[in-house]
Order: sequence, then C-alpha cells, then structure tokens
Amino acid sequence: MKLKNVVLVSGIISSSLLLSACGGEEKSSGIDPKVMADSLHSVMEADRTVYTKLIINRLAKDEKVIKASEHWKDDKALVLPAQMFRYGAERVAEKGAPFSYSLLSLWPVNKQNKPKTDAEVSGLNYIAENPGKNFYSEEELGGIKYFTAVYPDIAVAPACTSCHNKHKDSPRTDFKMGEVMGGVVIRIPL
Amino acid sequence: MSSGNRAWWGLWLILSAGTGIFLTMQLTGEDKSVFLPGKTSNGHYQIELACSACHTDPLGGGEVLQQACMNCHGEELEVADDSHPKSKFTNPRNADRVKKLDARKCVTCHTEHREDITLEMGVTLPADFCFKCHSDVAENRPSHQGMAFTTCASAGCHNFHDNRGLYEDFLIKHLDEPDLHDELKLNPLSLADAYLATDSYPTERYPYRVLGDSEADRPESVRSDARIMQDWMDSSHRKAGVNCSACHEQRLDGEAAPVWVDRPGHQACSACHGGQATGFLAGKHGMRLAQNLPAMVPGQARSKMKKNVHEREVGCVSCHGAHRFERAHAAVDACLGCHDDQHSLAYKDSPHFDLWYRETNGLAEKNTGVSCATCHLPRKTVRLDGKDMVMAEHNQNDNLRPNEKMLRSVCMQCHGLRFSIDALADENLIGNNFSEKPGVYIESLDLVKKRLDLKKDIQDL
Repeated sequence: MKLKNVVLVSGIISSSLLLSACGGEEKSSGIDPKVMADSLHSVMEADRTVYTKLIINRLAKDEKVIKASEHWKDDKALVLPAQMFRYGAERVAEKGAPFSYSLLSLWPVNKQNKPKTDAEVSGLNYIAENPGKNFYSEEELGGIKYFTAVYPDIAVAPACTSCHNKHKDSPRTDFKMGEVMGGVVIRIPL
Repeated sequence: MSSGNRAWWGLWLILSAGTGIFLTMQLTGEDKSVFLPGKTSNGHYQIELACSACHTDPLGGGEVLQQACMNCHGEELEVADDSHPKSKFTNPRNADRVKKLDARKCVTCHTEHREDITLEMGVTLPADFCFKCHSDVAENRPSHQGMAFTTCASAGCHNFHDNRGLYEDFLIKHLDEPDLHDELKLNPLSLADAYLATDSYPTERYPYRVLGDSEADRPESVRSDARIMQDWMDSSHRKAGVNCSACHEQRLDGEAAPVWVDRPGHQACSACHGGQATGFLAGKHGMRLAQNLPAMVPGQARSKMKKNVHEREVGCVSCHGAHRFERAHAAVDACLGCHDDQHSLAYKDSPHFDLWYRETNGLAEKNTGVSCATCHLPRKTVRLDGKDMVMAEHNQNDNLRPNEKMLRSVCMQCHGLRFSIDALADENLIGNNFSEKPGVYIESLDLVKKRLDLKKDIQDL
C-alpha cells in the first residue's frame, strides 16, 4: 500500500514538473515584449505620419480644402491627428487587446495627457533629452506588471507645430519642425 | 428524537417546502415583485418586473450586467460623445483612478434598487464624487478654487457624460448671443419624403398618391362608421396613398397570410415610421412594450397625471389618434390630456403657447409655434438615402437626462446660450413653463470670458 502511494505521488510530481517545463518552454518561445512594442510602434508611427502629412497638412494647411478641428463633429471638419490616434487606441481597448497605448506630452494641450506614472515621467523626459532614442522599462499598475516603452513623437509637418503653438491651452508655443513634441507610451502586460 | 423535536422538524420541513414552492411559482409566474430587492429608480421602475432586461443571464456577473446597460444606453452615450467612456479607464495608466472609482462599470455610479442613496440622474454616489479624480482642478482652472465639489454638476456647469452644450469652446462660440435670435423658425419636418426614403416603405403596394373614398380597401366583413371614414379621409395617410390594409393587415406568428387586425399596435406603425417607433420604445411612453410587458398606463407614472386617464394604455394612437393622425393634436392636446403637473398646467399661459396658438390659427407662419412636442420631441436631422431629413425624436425623455441636453436640440434654436443655460437652471421658471425671464444666473460663460481675457493679456505681454 505504501509503495503504491509513493509511486502515485512521484507520478504526480513528475507530471507537474514536465507540464511546468513545457509551459516554461512555451513562454520563452513567445515574442519578446520589446520586439512586440517596437513593431506596434512602427505601425502606429507610420499611420500617424501618413495621416498628418497626406490628410491634415495637405488638405487643411496647404490646399485649404477643409478645416481640421478639435470639435470636428460640430465644425464638420477633419479629426486632428492626436484625436485620430486616441480614437484608435480606444477602439483597440474596446476590442479587448492585451496591450494599450497612449499619446502623452510634457507640454500637453489636454492636461489629462501629461505623464503621471514614474515610467511615464522618466520616459518622456528621457526622449526629450535624448533625441532619436526610445525608453524601455517595467512598471506595476493596478497589481499587473507591464513592459512599458516610450517613443518620441516628432513634429513631422508644419500643421503640428502651428496648431500646438497657437492653441490657447498649449503650455508651449515655440515648437519647431523635427522637435520632440511628446511620446507614444505602449504597455504590454508581462 | 423526542416527539417535541419531531414536531419542530416537521414544521421546519413544511415551511421550507412551502417557501420553495412559493418562490418557484413567483419565479415562473408573471408577477416577480417579491424578488425586487428595493424600490427601483425613476428610469427603470416601469420595467422592473422584466428582470431579464438587465439580468440577462441569471448566472452572469458584472460584465453581463454591464452589457445589459450598454444594450439600452450604449448608443445614446456614443451620440453624446461621452466624456468618460469605459475605454478611458481600461488604460492601465488610470489604474489609480479605477481604484478610487471604477468608472468602467455603470453600476459603480448607478446602483439600482437603492432608493435610499439615489440622487438625480439615478446617481448613487455622494454628490462630490468628481473630487476623487479632479481634486487638482484649481491648478489649471484657478477660477474653480474654493468651489465645492458638490456643485460640479450644477445646472449649466458640467455633466459626467454629455457636455455637448457645455464644453469650453462651445461656450466661447456662443458667448455674446442675445436672449432671442432674430430668426425664430424651426426646420420643417420632412414627412412623406422621409418615409418614402426608408427601405421598409411598401412603395409598390401603396404608391404615393391621393386615394378616393371609394378606394378604401377595408373588407366587407369589417365594421366601420362614418366618423372613422371621415377621419381617414381628412388624414395625411389617405393623401399619401396609405390604405386601410397598410395598417390593419398584419402577418401574425403562425399565420401563413396577413390577417386583419382591428387595433394594430406600434408594430404596424414601425413599418413606415421605424425611427419614431424606436424612439417611442426607448422612452417612458413605450419602454414597457419594448420589454413585452403590457402597455404603460398613466396611472403607473410617478409624475402627476389626470385621474380620468389612469387606466388608458399608451401607444402610438393614444397621442396621434387612430385614423385622423393629426400632428397638431399630438403636439399639445394629447400631452395635456394626461399630464397634470405644474409645468404642463402652466403651458397655456406661457409665451410659448401664444406662439403655438398664433401658428395653429393661421396668425403666424408655419414652424414658428412652440408646442409641448417642440421641446420634448425635438426635431433632429437624420441622413436617409443620402439626404438630410428632419424627424421628431419620439423618445421624449432623451433630452431630459439631464436637461442641459435641451440646450442644443431645443432652446438654442431660438434663444442665446446664456439665456438658455440660465432658464434651464431655474426650477421656478420650469414650473411656470418659462412664463418670465430667468431668475437664476449661471457664471460659466463669465468664467470662460475671464479666462480668455487673461490668456490674451498674457499673449500681449
């Protein structure tokens, strides 16, 4: 009887170890969070640049065919690039995607978009002080650990700087083309 | 076991079995009121016995309940450009805020069946709840320094969800408007055009043309009388080719061919008036029908109704009148036939009624009168078949939660924003049906003006 119990317990322990080993292997073969975040950002950055240059800057600033407005529905105007980005992020959240992203700035028009977590504060300061570089860290929010990446958001068209420099709620009015105006923050749960 | 104990055990068994049978009968029967945990809110009490309207899955948790809220209110939140959508709070960067106030779920602020803590708009949190996330508001808005957080949602200031008539740039845009605009005329309703543009309109069977009295297609077996025929003859239905069978013939469940129905319900109207029927079913007049409950009767209302109509069922024809379908009647007399509160009773002494009287008596141009419907079933523009159509919103509660929703859809059609905000904030004025100038002064436009002037001064430095 005792021998039977020993065999049974050994079997369970072996199976558990085997299963956990399998699980570990599966985890290690997953995509690296940094690669994942960089890949997501490359898509976001491309779309954002295309919309800003080909739609907003071309139609609203250069050709003056239609206005771009924060209150696009009331003004029957184009959605601003920052709103386009935010609406996309909200749609992604509604679909239940595990990652999240935000557009923040040290000089936000909407004060809700200033950095608030330690990683956001460090990241936005880092990308502002180190042009061309990204910032990567880990943080815990609401009991969940995240890989958090912060990417510079650059003024890619005159429409970016002119709009922010003129906005009544903008804390900075001297943005120039090619400067860092804010940062894209991507979070992937670990 | 002693005989005494046996008797107690027996009694316990009988009572338990009896309770079980009673609860099972209640659960499977039509009257489930025994399961209501408390008095239901003004918004939901009419459908409180349709438990499954909210509790869609008896085993479901918070997500199921949340989805039930969104099933009825999701679209209106989207239309309202909800200032606090769920997606704002699912972002991990707001985890600290969710910890203070889990705004991802409607029930965090709107707990049902809790009359003891229910405030206006069905809010069940202390009125200063904005403090939880906006305690630093004075940093960016020094004008708000010292303001009590119980006043954030005061009339004319902020709403949690719908700020379409209150956001700062909107106030700036309408800063210096007069009390009354020069042009006092509403957009005319798109009538036949709008119905003909709907996909479900049976154009082939009922082409748009004036019908003669001999063309009424009522079967010989159906009783009619001269009054009904005259009402139909006078109706816009007859003038638009809508024959008896268009409303009275319906395809009922289990019937191969359409059958004649003496008293058609809202389903008959919705074939051509789908938008209006949807609105009716979403408001307090039709929400019981939407849940397959017997129609609402005025006696069930929590506001004061005339006693002689307490048992009258509310449907499309109770306002529009069967066969005649006169819009002017539906716009005033139908309302005043039931509603007996101070605001309704004061209407006929108001300047708004004077305008309505002048219009309906040929003393003023069309669309210059202000009826009950002008404010409570406001005209809205919808896109149908590539054209803008003006329709009446038939959810008469849509712009009452909160009443600042009336700013854009109603008041500002004729009045300036400042006048409108003050008027909607004045409870006495609402009581006497806007019979005098507002006696309340809301500061929001002044605050905006001061802030603009300050910004300009800084830029000029």
